[in-house]
Amino acid sequence: MPLSPAITDIEQLKSHPALARLLEWNAPMVQSVKFDREELTIWIEKEAIREACAILRDSPDCPFNYFCDLTAVDWYPTEPRFEVVYHLLSIAKKERVRLKVRLDGSSASLESVTSIWPSANFYEREVFDLFGIRFTGHPNLKRIMMPDDWEGHPLRKDYPVEGYR
Amino acid sequence: MVSDEPDQDSTLVLNMGPQHPSTHGVLRLILEIDGETVVRLRPEIGYLHTGIEKTCEAKFYQQVVPLTDRIDYLCPMTNNLAYCLAVEKLLGLEIPPKAQWMRVMMNELTRINSHLVWLGTHAMDIGAFTVFLYCFREREDVLRLFEMVSGQRMMTSYFRIGGLALEPPLGFFEKVKKFADRFPGNVDEYENLLTGNPIFTMRTKGVAYLSPEDAIALGASGPTLRGSGIDIDLRRDAPYSGYENFKFNVPVRSEGDVFARYLCRVQELRESIGMVQQALAGMPEGPVKADAPKVVLPDREKMKTQMEALIYHFKIITEGFAVPAGEVYQAIESPRGEMGYYVVSDGTAKPYRVHMRAPSYANLQTLSRMCEGQLIADVIAAIGSIDVILGDIDR
Repeated sequence: MPLSPAITDIEQLKSHPALARLLEWNAPMVQSVKFDREELTIWIEKEAIREACAILRDSPDCPFNYFCDLTAVDWYPTEPRFEVVYHLLSIAKKERVRLKVRLDGSSASLESVTSIWPSANFYEREVFDLFGIRFTGHPNLKRIMMPDDWEGHPLRKDYPVEGYR
Repeated sequence: MVSDEPDQDSTLVLNMGPQHPSTHGVLRLILEIDGETVVRLRPEIGYLHTGIEKTCEAKFYQQVVPLTDRIDYLCPMTNNLAYCLAVEKLLGLEIPPKAQWMRVMMNELTRINSHLVWLGTHAMDIGAFTVFLYCFREREDVLRLFEMVSGQRMMTSYFRIGGLALEPPLGFFEKVKKFADRFPGNVDEYENLLTGNPIFTMRTKGVAYLSPEDAIALGASGPTLRGSGIDIDLRRDAPYSGYENFKFNVPVRSEGDVFARYLCRVQELRESIGMVQQALAGMPEGPVKADAPKVVLPDREKMKTQMEALIYHFKIITEGFAVPAGEVYQAIESPRGEMGYYVVSDGTAKPYRVHMRAPSYANLQTLSRMCEGQLIADVIAAIGSIDVILGDIDR
């Protein structure tokens, strides 16, 4: 299976249930899309992520009701520095979608989705712990992997692999 | 700083773990109890955090494989497979059929291995010691099979990017066949000891109930989700590595209690051994490594006779191989649920980011919902029934 080039044109991808639903809801909130290696990625405006998740979860045709995963990628030293990555699954339709939010290093915070999926609780704590990204509205945002008095956020690219000596 | 004051005057905060015989690893639970009843339960994790995700970023792609074994130490090959599939998807690499079938077969043996440890320890927590000895007896047979193909009992690293590490040795399939013929009788033995056992059913039926809505909202997967009546199995619904060639049933129970999850897993043991039989019967001939000299290490024999093979070997070992930029999320059905590998490549020979969606991590979040309002003795049964592996949670 040789790799085919990624599709980034919104018009061509409109038929995907997740993208169709988001465009119908509020098209300006969709920054860009990419279909690569059979996976769809949608970049969402930072302010709209919680609402976008709620819209996708309650979509009548293809409800993305299962929250698979949440993580982040640090693109240090470029700006916007962080990408927060959400993976959603529709149990009924077996469809997957990846949502992404770009964040500046100086204001790394966004709205929590724990009110939509309680399962996001641990994942957001993990991203907070290892990347230092804050989630507003999270019920218990504190470190989960590292000790409470740990300094720094280990998965940031400017954190040395051996740790600070 | 986890010392919490109780909410009410009548309650008591009790610490359980991190070293506790029934928590299967260093899991710490903070229980707020009112007499014998659990009012609040909070898991504290992170005691086994080793920063594997960070370590991956400093290794070549092929050097990450042994790290993945150490995440979920009861199903090393499942982790190997998820990682290898993700990188192969990034590369656009096709895997020969024999390697795919071997991967399925070893994965189902891994599932049996993992479920046997779960069954033994879960039954022992509830007070049935004999089952533990029986399960570990059969588990030993599976570990011997692992040792035969990979040289290792637990940290196998048998799957490599592009195929398998080695051809299975002579006599291996006969050994698997012998085991597969015997094993259904062993499962009958376990069921004789447990399924109709009044003490076991009293301790498990109706205990630690999880509704289907809660199971989805809290991110449960695998038998924990199927025990609550949600019919989803990635082997059937999103087949990978040739699972579409296999016939099997997905056990689903709607009761949502500890006993339902027990029945799902025991039935999965039978389905898995059926798949091993199918793999043995239909095992294709051919190579076990993809024809991609820049990615797959050459055979020892070729290295001694062909200049190119030696050069490729040297290049892969010293410089790794570049993977085209992009990202993939590869989810597979591990014994515990959806195991997803999110791999981001920036076009170099080292992964830019590797993230594991660990099934136990999400499953653990259901524990509070299962236990709150229940008796403290049922916490033990609930922990066993979600089958957490702390290496998987903390990574």
